[in-house]
Amino acid sequence: MNDLLPLLVAVPILGAALLVAGGRRMSRPVAELAACTISGGTAGLALVLLLNSSPPMTEWVGGWTPVNGESVGIVLTGDGPGLGMAALASLLTFAALVYSWHYFDEPPRRHAGSFPALMLLFQAGMCGFAIAGDLFNLFVWFELMSVVAYALTGTRVEDAKVVQGALTFAVVTSLGAYAVLMGIGMLYARTGELALTQIGRGLDAHGGPDALTLAAFVLILTGLLVKSAAVPFHFWLPDAHAVAPTPVCMLLSGVMVELGTYGVWRVYGTVFSGPGGVPDADFERGLVVLGVLTAVVGAVMCWYQRHIKRLLACSTVAHTGLFLIGIGVLTPEGDDGVALYVLGHAGVKAALFACTGVLLDRYGSVDERALHGKARELRPVAVMYVIGALALAGLPPFGTALGKAVTEEAVGGPLTVLMVAATVLTAGAVLRVAAGVFFGLGPEPGSSDEYETTGTGEEPETGRRISRVPDTMTAVPAVLLAAALAVGVAPGFAGLVSHGVGESGSGGLVVSAPHWTLPGVLLGLVSTLLAVGLAALAVTRPALLTAPDWAQPLRRLQSGHVGDYVAWLLVGAVLLGALALPGVAGS
Amino acid sequence: MTDVMHVLPYLVAAWVFLAGCYGLATSRNLIHAVGCLSVCQAATYVLLLGVGYRKDATAPVFSDIKPGSRTVVDPVVQALTLTDVVVGATVTALLLALVVQIAKRHGTVDPDELSELRG
Amino acid sequence: MSRRVRLWLVLAAGTGLAVLLVAACLDLPNFGGDRHPYGDRAVRASIARHTANVISSVNFDQRAFDTLGEMTILFGAVLGCVMLLRQTRDEHRARPRPAEVAPPVRRYALLVLPVALVTGIYVVAHGQLSPGGGFQGGVVAATALHLLYLGADYGALERIRPLGVYEVGDALAASAYVVLGLAGLLGSTAFLANSLLPYGTFNTLSSGGTVPLLNAAIGMEVACAVVLLLARFLDQAVEIEKENGE
Repeated sequence: MNDLLPLLVAVPILGAALLVAGGRRMSRPVAELAACTISGGTAGLALVLLLNSSPPMTEWVGGWTPVNGESVGIVLTGDGPGLGMAALASLLTFAALVYSWHYFDEPPRRHAGSFPALMLLFQAGMCGFAIAGDLFNLFVWFELMSVVAYALTGTRVEDAKVVQGALTFAVVTSLGAYAVLMGIGMLYARTGELALTQIGRGLDAHGGPDALTLAAFVLILTGLLVKSAAVPFHFWLPDAHAVAPTPVCMLLSGVMVELGTYGVWRVYGTVFSGPGGVPDADFERGLVVLGVLTAVVGAVMCWYQRHIKRLLACSTVAHTGLFLIGIGVLTPEGDDGVALYVLGHAGVKAALFACTGVLLDRYGSVDERALHGKARELRPVAVMYVIGALALAGLPPFGTALGKAVTEEAVGGPLTVLMVAATVLTAGAVLRVAAGVFFGLGPEPGSSDEYETTGTGEEPETGRRISRVPDTMTAVPAVLLAAALAVGVAPGFAGLVSHGVGESGSGGLVVSAPHWTLPGVLLGLVSTLLAVGLAALAVTRPALLTAPDWAQPLRRLQSGHVGDYVAWLLVGAVLLGALALPGVAGS
Repeated sequence: MTDVMHVLPYLVAAWVFLAGCYGLATSRNLIHAVGCLSVCQAATYVLLLGVGYRKDATAPVFSDIKPGSRTVVDPVVQALTLTDVVVGATVTALLLALVVQIAKRHGTVDPDELSELRG
Repeated sequence: MSRRVRLWLVLAAGTGLAVLLVAACLDLPNFGGDRHPYGDRAVRASIARHTANVISSVNFDQRAFDTLGEMTILFGAVLGCVMLLRQTRDEHRARPRPAEVAPPVRRYALLVLPVALVTGIYVVAHGQLSPGGGFQGGVVAATALHLLYLGADYGALERIRPLGVYEVGDALAASAYVVLGLAGLLGSTAFLANSLLPYGTFNTLSSGGTVPLLNAAIGMEVACAVVLLLARFLDQAVEIEKENGE
């Protein structure tokens, strides 16, 4: 079974290459059908492997199985979290391809296979990253998913916004990737190895942590945190999400950003968690502080957006903060909670983006104010939007609610309050959009001259405005929401996730399966009620939507200027180093 | 070798990386910024090749020397650097493609004058 | 942020990062040190499989999976550039005008072209023996073709450069790499396993098992990809114009 692991990468790559080779002779339906088949087939393979991943598999590519514990090859890790992320990425790619079926205006002309081929390469990159057990190999797949994501983000080059957003995304992420490579160089110098577990052992053999360990830790985490959009590395994300085509947004927010968080978890657990790495307390301090910052900044930014895609993007930033806090506390329960939360969030967020794409294609706008009361006729989309927003708030029994409840229990205390506040604010913002756009609640908004990007004057992604919403575009979000619900209610599912995470976690502790608890359900219901209340307040008191003086500077930081973003990246790296310094300096 | 020589190549790598970051953050021209990103990447070449060097060793190619007759430098970092070079070239190509389109749509390549995305 | 504020921020953060990096450099093993466990193993493995160029052995045998990713990045970048540098709705194509070339430039370019092309192919073919390989040789061969642009003009280049053929070549070369990997899985032990072909005599063209084949696939992929990438940029520079003048 384990020898099939490389196929998760090889199959989509081969599919993409054949699509490009035949693209000129292939009609569009054939190309799309082929892409969906390949992507769906890979998803099926990932699921089969996932079901067989206990005990975790390892595969040495090229048959370089270690002799006397040493190998020159590349190792792949087929454990629950890795294969779970690969399966999630594959399923979402499949959903995005189905969503773009037939209607999405795929440039360039005469190259029918280009867009689906790029999506398949994106899938290959994400799968490779998820199952990588070798640090340099991890970097290679990190770069593949980044490079393809830049191109996909910039698809609609006719729009001035698009090229700017894609460029900042590309520059910031690439700089992060090179920081990772600097860190890899340092670890290779110290340990002479590249496989994650071997590097970890090499660090432990060398003795306690020193400046080199700290620098490598900071550099590698900088790259991964750029990908996962932690504050202050997050600036590229709202810009890229605002301009990327909807199917691409579904992947960026639903799984690529979460892969960054997964990378942090994987690298810390295998490389830096031993006695020669970064002490637990320092890691916890670093991740929890950044997580809190991320959740607060993301939630506040989310509330004041009027560009709906940017609003959803900022909500993703806020949720990233919650994920970072969850893995930062370094408990098995926290890991389980985040795993469930990521799965639920992927379905809900991708569904919300899919619904927003319908608005864009129908009305040529994603601006909350311009669309006020316009979308009354789109009843099914309205229902899904509201359900999605409530699930985002943590309405039981959605998977987001279960994940959030388990994480809240793991982090405890004031952090629980923060988690509730962040979800209330982001879900309240989405509910407010739904109330205004789909139901026309509240007064007609006036114009404003704030420092912001509006969502008006966008080109529909379907070539011209659609008069009827295609079935594929409504079926995909419906299925995604159903999947998010299934994460919470499917009997035994949470136990399976917990088992998979526990088996590969650094401690290897198997804890009791996460389940619904009374406090968890109550907190979820309270969050949902508060979100509804907040949305109602915003609808009746539109003054709440104008950023007050204290929030203005925060909005001005999101300047779209690539130099600013690079400066913040450096600040973030230093902040991370300072947060992790005490333990390293003390040992 | 003197003490300084033991760390000089690594310090050069750190210096090149920071210089690239400085240029990237303060750039007034996006083509220049793309160049600065390549400078940051060049730091990774210096670091990797520096890490792999072995005193008095030759290239790890045995077409003209007998295997075992001489020490060779670490071939793994050279392979990694080759991968790195290819990655860097492709990223640069994509970035320049985006800059070409920015020049067309915005009529400028000065990052200070791009104001489509904010807030 | 104003330029001043940004400058101060960069200087402050840069100083912090510099302190961290310098401290790390002081903890690195001494430059030129003798401890390279992975490197030593790689040399032994390369010689055991009769590959004289150890770097090629690392790239196309021991860590061939990295090279799969690397090739895919290049392949994806070409697709991306085709997408980003397309002729948009508000643009049209102008016929490139024939250009005057100074005779010495023309003579030199046309003289060097075949030499450069052969050099590129040589470098690819000897990838498992001497320094070089598919990546390096592919770039040399692809740029050799562009000497025609310098020596003659864009029209001449376009005649020897039917882009459709190169696109298919690029994609087929990428497929070939994956198919060779799959052959390792089906016919032998593992994906990209180098145990299908005999390792041959050390230091000859046919040594190294599947290394020369993977190397050739990469050579073709890189050559096609570089031609396609340059074509997109040349298109923008020479052919594509805004609809209303400019």
